[in-house]
Amino acid sequence: MSAASVVTRRPVPPAIRRRRVLMTVANHSVAIALSIMFLVPFAFIVSTALMTNQQMGSLSIWPSPFKWSNFTDLFEFFPFWRFAWNSLLYAGLGTVGVVLSGIPVAYALSRLRWRGRQLSFVLLLSTLMLPVQVTIVPLYIVFVRLGWIGSLKPLIIPLFFGDAFTIFLLRQFFMTIPQELSDAARVDGANDLQILLRVIVPLAKPAIAAVALFNFLYCWNDFFSPLLYAGNNPDTWTLAISLQQLTQLSRGILANLQMAASILFTLPVLVIFFFAQKVFVEGVTLTGVKG
Amino acid sequence: MATVTVRPPAAPEKARATERRRRRRRSAWRRQLVALAFMSPWIVGFCAFYLYPILSSLYFSFTRYDILTDPVWVGLDNYKFMFTSDGRFWTAVGNTAWVVAVIVPLQVLVGIGTATVLTRVRRGLGFYRTVFFLPTMVPLVAAALGFVFLLNPGGPVNAVLGFLHLPEPLWFRDPVWAKPGLALMATWMVGQTMIIFLAALLDVPTQLYEAADIEGAGPLQRFRHVTLPMISPVIFFAVVIGVINGFRYFTEAYVVSKAGDWDNPVGTPQDSLLFYTSHLYNQGFEGFHMGYAAALSWVMFVVIMVCTLLLIRSSRRWVHYQGGFR
Repeated sequence: MSAASVVTRRPVPPAIRRRRVLMTVANHSVAIALSIMFLVPFAFIVSTALMTNQQMGSLSIWPSPFKWSNFTDLFEFFPFWRFAWNSLLYAGLGTVGVVLSGIPVAYALSRLRWRGRQLSFVLLLSTLMLPVQVTIVPLYIVFVRLGWIGSLKPLIIPLFFGDAFTIFLLRQFFMTIPQELSDAARVDGANDLQILLRVIVPLAKPAIAAVALFNFLYCWNDFFSPLLYAGNNPDTWTLAISLQQLTQLSRGILANLQMAASILFTLPVLVIFFFAQKVFVEGVTLTGVKG
Repeated sequence: MATVTVRPPAAPEKARATERRRRRRRSAWRRQLVALAFMSPWIVGFCAFYLYPILSSLYFSFTRYDILTDPVWVGLDNYKFMFTSDGRFWTAVGNTAWVVAVIVPLQVLVGIGTATVLTRVRRGLGFYRTVFFLPTMVPLVAAALGFVFLLNPGGPVNAVLGFLHLPEPLWFRDPVWAKPGLALMATWMVGQTMIIFLAALLDVPTQLYEAADIEGAGPLQRFRHVTLPMISPVIFFAVVIGVINGFRYFTEAYVVSKAGDWDNPVGTPQDSLLFYTSHLYNQGFEGFHMGYAAALSWVMFVVIMVCTLLLIRSSRRWVHYQGGFR
């Protein structure tokens, strides 16, 4: 509270003040109750991941000896790192592709005047609405003919040819950069490529970071496409697939190990989230309100 | 271009004018080429990954095709089979409609509810927002496995229900309770919707509330006549996205169905979790009925397009955009 606001504030009658305090207490109670409901699943999953096999049979909730070795036991029958490497390849290379191909397209759609721009943008928006399932049958057939099934190629290579969501978000951001900056650079003799690389990209770093993050997580979590293209070849399973197939890898695996594996899979995402929370919240808002 | 040089020599200004026009035309042409060069990744991608697949899947939908042998033209047989004799198709449509009709309103309601709570707490807003958003960060596969464990008949949720002397459903083992179990999970993952509603609620100008107060509106009227119209574009957005997501609903159901036993068919228990995409996956990529799967994907394409258009048209009646345009 600054001095000025204290000076201008009139004394609040006790009845109203009491009501305000009550309201605050009520609001926080509701918020805390909701928070507990949102957090309880996490608590159960973590506590289960630390239980011994015997304890799994009992109805107790708190692990009585904390069995941290569940996390290391996991690696004995679950080649975690190999799957993690595949996930990293898909998410990492995919993100590079999406960003590299998305930037010039977003530039042409936002900062160049040319014939067919409106049409291209409408087509782009309509592909934004289409789930992958609509195009999956012919694409699968093409990838079979190319001999790409059972590899990561069908997952990564299409991402080097533009992703509608990325292009859309980048375009929205590029639109907000003042035109005078490009004009000034043009007067100095810069061509469009130079303007894009020296003016637009440095200014759009936050937006580029946001789309890169979104895409990385999308690929990391993606299940449908890896299941289709890599389903039968364990060498190309991503973590998402391998986690689901744990039940097949070792029949009768107990829930504690399964939960431990889920935590290992989720942890990188949560770490990224905590470091880049602002990017997420702002990015989601951007898609909702301006979209 | 050549015609210009053949023309008789004109007055100097006129020559300069044509020269200028030609230069302008050339620069416009150059600009067009530059733009197309920048667009080229997407143009290739659009043709290869949208235009070609959508058209060729229309062709495949009129054939019987198992990849190994050449496609055989069967006319409208796939569509006829789909609508008249494929019982599982209608089951999948029904389940998908259930998801859209229950989960979408649930997410909108819970999203507005949690966002409203957030607008009313001043201290700790960041903390609560993180907590409510956190579940959406959990990868779907992990979340689904987590809920399979939480909702297993002897699991923690039923332990709590038993403690409260409430009925303990079998959740994912019971065809009646399997979809409500998934709805519970979708509610837990409401964070994205909530964040969008939160931004919209915070955008409502306070003067409007003050004006409503002066006119003697109660909290309910205030919500109905101020908040609701102001956030209606976001509700519209959430509904459109929700409908499209209903069609691609797959991962949760697949993981849940296969969690009990690896050999469980997609849609376990008793096809109660057989959704549109599950059926498409089953037909195309487990049975290799590519022609039929293409027909399913074309129906999906048409329905999504029609739904989106209908939603956009109906929105004119109930979505209020700031600026008074209705």
